[in-house]
Amino acid sequence: MLGGIFIIMAFYLLGECIAWLLNGFVPGSVLGMMLLFGALSLRWVSPDRVRPVARFLCNNMAFFFLPAGVGIITSMDVLSRYWDIVLVVGTVTTLLVLVVVATLQQWQENRRHSGVK
Amino acid sequence: MQSIVSSEIFIITLVCGVYLMALWLYRKTKIALLHPLLVSIPALLGLMSVLEIRYETFQQGSRMINFLLGPSVVALGFVLWEQVEYMKSNAVSILTSIFVGSLVGIVSVIGIARCMGADHVLIATLEPKSVTTPIAMDVAEKAGGIPAIAAVIVIVVGIFGGIVGPFVLNKLNIDSKIARGLSLGAAAHGLGTARAMELGALEGAISGLAIGLMGVTTAILVPVIEWIMSLF
Repeated sequence: MLGGIFIIMAFYLLGECIAWLLNGFVPGSVLGMMLLFGALSLRWVSPDRVRPVARFLCNNMAFFFLPAGVGIITSMDVLSRYWDIVLVVGTVTTLLVLVVVATLQQWQENRRHSGVK
Repeated sequence: MQSIVSSEIFIITLVCGVYLMALWLYRKTKIALLHPLLVSIPALLGLMSVLEIRYETFQQGSRMINFLLGPSVVALGFVLWEQVEYMKSNAVSILTSIFVGSLVGIVSVIGIARCMGADHVLIATLEPKSVTTPIAMDVAEKAGGIPAIAAVIVIVVGIFGGIVGPFVLNKLNIDSKIARGLSLGAAAHGLGTARAMELGALEGAISGLAIGLMGVTTAILVPVIEWIMSLF
């Protein structure tokens, strides 16, 4: 367990260092994710060591969002000033991205599968 | 008494307890609108006002939970590795979908916000709304928006997309696990991923991948689109 925590924190730290070098262009956590993926693929890190901690963290992601979600109240005044635009843009474009990515991906997969046969 | 209520120990116990109850309710009722996050946020806000816990105190007390968000994104690298076999042959289609999705996201924000009479600052704040918070704040700032508001909008969009997303995917008969995970991560970043993890490990892993790809693509596209728009 402790070994797994160390590995994940070490990759997080490495990601943060690279993010700092890149001026924060990509968040350290996302870079850490890619680096951990790379290290596992190259067999530099044993998957058995990371598994229990990684499972725990990934299965409870929604819970870790809770403090940030409660934090929305502090920005209520700004949100209420632009509520109409934020509401329309937020809902419409989010659904648009969801639908476009999902249908495009599904269509590409269907087309390839039917092409193979 | 107030010193106990304001302590980290109390606040962490409270947040865990409220979430566990919300989770129990969600599993018992199976009503998607009762997603634990959607129930926990108002419940905690209510309890905070009853117990007279100030928001700053809550933020201080719950920062350990908030901190785990970072390591949980890193841990997605493991899930991604576990599931990589399923996506190897789909690399080109995944990249295409994300690129188009990112482009549609930015252009639609600009289009709709302009039609509704938003000023440049608000548009720049909204542009990166589908990407993970740190990238969104940075992109918004560089485009002339307000990073703090961008962060809030990203969370609001994430909650909305994460909760409504799976319904929409079912309605559209999207049965590819890759398409389901990818679209949730692309539209609703971390929260979409949290929700995709509930659908399955492959969906969750792809969703995590989508956060990274969407973030990078949007960060590159926003300045390019801003530049093209400035020509007109």
